[in-house]
Amino acid sequence: MSEALIVLKGIGKRYKRGKQSVPIFEHLDMTIPRQDFAAIMGPSGSGKTTLLNLLGGIDRPSEGTINFDGKRMDNLSENQLAAFRAANIGFIFQFYNLMPMLSAAQNVELPLLLTKLGPRARRERVKTALAVVGLSDRARHKPSELSGGQQQRVAIARAIVSDPKLLLCDEPTGDLDRETAGEILGMLQTLNRDLGKTIVMVTHDPEAARFAKRTLHLDKGRFSEKDLNA
Amino acid sequence: MTFFQLIRKNLFRKKLRTILTTFAIFVAFAIFGILATFQNALNSGADTASADRLIVTNKINFTLPMPIAYASRVATVPGVKLVSHANWFGGYYQEPKNFLVALAIDPQSYLDLYPEYVLPPAQRAAFLGDRGSIIVGEGLAKQFNWKLGDRIPIKSNIFRKVDGSDTWDFTVAGIMTPGSTGVDVNFVAFHYEYFKQTRSFGGDTIGWLILRTESPKENERISRTIDAMFANSPFETETKTEQAFNKAFTEQLGDVGFIILLVVGAAFGTILLIVGNTMMLTVRERTNEIAVLKTIGFTADSIFRLVIGESLLLASIGGLLGLGAAYAASIGLAAVSGGRFGVMAFSPVTALIGVGIIVALGLLTGLLPALRAMNLNVVTALGRK
Ligand SMILES: Nc1ncnc2c1ncn2[C@@H]1O[C@H](COP(=O)(O)OP(=O)(O)OP(=O)(O)O)[C@@H](O)[C@H]1O
Ligand SMILES: [Mg+2]
Repeated sequence: MSEALIVLKGIGKRYKRGKQSVPIFEHLDMTIPRQDFAAIMGPSGSGKTTLLNLLGGIDRPSEGTINFDGKRMDNLSENQLAAFRAANIGFIFQFYNLMPMLSAAQNVELPLLLTKLGPRARRERVKTALAVVGLSDRARHKPSELSGGQQQRVAIARAIVSDPKLLLCDEPTGDLDRETAGEILGMLQTLNRDLGKTIVMVTHDPEAARFAKRTLHLDKGRFSEKDLNA
Repeated sequence: MTFFQLIRKNLFRKKLRTILTTFAIFVAFAIFGILATFQNALNSGADTASADRLIVTNKINFTLPMPIAYASRVATVPGVKLVSHANWFGGYYQEPKNFLVALAIDPQSYLDLYPEYVLPPAQRAAFLGDRGSIIVGEGLAKQFNWKLGDRIPIKSNIFRKVDGSDTWDFTVAGIMTPGSTGVDVNFVAFHYEYFKQTRSFGGDTIGWLILRTESPKENERISRTIDAMFANSPFETETKTEQAFNKAFTEQLGDVGFIILLVVGAAFGTILLIVGNTMMLTVRERTNEIAVLKTIGFTADSIFRLVIGESLLLASIGGLLGLGAAYAASIGLAAVSGGRFGVMAFSPVTALIGVGIIVALGLLTGLLPALRAMNLNVVTALGRK
């Protein structure tokens, strides 16, 4: 288990803008140990979201290799990547991104539609996930009937329901007030500490970054690491 | 929650929009079903026509008469097994709106030629034995509440009796039932001899001849022989198979099939645009959600099925309701029309074609949006907030 969960080696990423090819990363290396809780900070446009997309198998690097749990994933096909994401990654977004016509429980159940679990097993999983985020009593509520913080908790439950190893959060508290943000961040901390989830979280807020074990600063496609918690 | 439930919840997310779209589909399929029912009715004569029956009419127009002597002359043509004749009476019961197909026939030969008009032996004998009697179709008997032995007055809008009245009284001697499905017995028939003697004009002339040939293979030759026999006479003839005759009769009403095709085509063209547009709009509105689904692991395939499933469900709900309404309407129409326009029935073929169109509509309207959804680029879709 000493082996790192994710290893990025020599990552290059370019976007085509018209005829020009704009480099985001060049020769980027990064290692994320198991049970890490890393905050990524940096100015807008520095490539934070792009990095999360690469870690989560949403996007592929132009160069370099990505190993997840000892297996290469940068060369997987679209369908293999979809299966990889379903099995290994939980995503948490700034704007919650819940389905408005589904109840909280149904939103949480969504990733389980991709598994072979039977209805009973699914119901158990959903119940547990909602209990973990403290929303057992809101299972039947629609997103429109929940506060922002509650919606984000539903989103967290959805992210953990299929028991992934890695949680990727892109500004999970960007839309919340400080108190609610604290609750959400505390919850992520618990998931990291008690359930052993590895977490990579992008944030603009130094207060939020404090909840992480370490903070990485990204600027112009490069890291300058400072351990704020030290 | 199942995949299907997810599709259903997606469909009924914008309730008003879905209801309106469903209604448009419903109307198009109801129009299709009802027009197809009419077309089936118009074609029912041609479908049940017997291949070994020929019809001889006046060449100028089938409504013009011919001398009765033609019957015996046609009977001498080799290959002709049986000859009968009929006159158009132009009848109605009580009021002109109760229009009746009423025929003056030669009873024995006519019933022999049309075994599909079924009469119990006793009723048949009663009809043949009473010159003043009439046989009626079961649908008409039910509609007008006619019983065996009733005296019923039938009026003509063409003929007058010698005494100046326009009403003939007949005794109901038999009630006909169809020998097989599609056979149309919604008419009444009485003795030509009685009609001839009581009418004030027309003399001894008949409307048309019906004959049975030894084999359909002889039809061509016999037709030519008969028409040649009366060529250059004051009453030239035209001989056709019963099927061709029925078809020509229907075509008097214009090319109904073509008109139906146009109407149905316009209706479906319109809903194709409406539904296609709705689905496109729907997918565009959900760009972000689709990106989220893909992010959490839904494959391109499953996204495709999610969208195409929704358009199929939409087409199915509207389409099946529309076909159901057309089926209900066909039962009502059959009752109201009393079969005067042929056998008004919503056929299994119509249902099958309807279901085929439902599937085609669902696939066509869902295809583009589904492809668009499945090929959605998650990185750019999630990036644009
Ligand atoms: N699909 C794309 N096509 C072209 N350029 C892109 C694309 N996605 C990102 N970029 C560019 O890559 C750079 C990094 O973008 P990214 O979204 O990773 O930044 P970020 O650090 O997440 O910024 P923010 O804090 O504003 O969210 C930006 O300059 C952006 O314009
Ligand atoms: Mg970003």
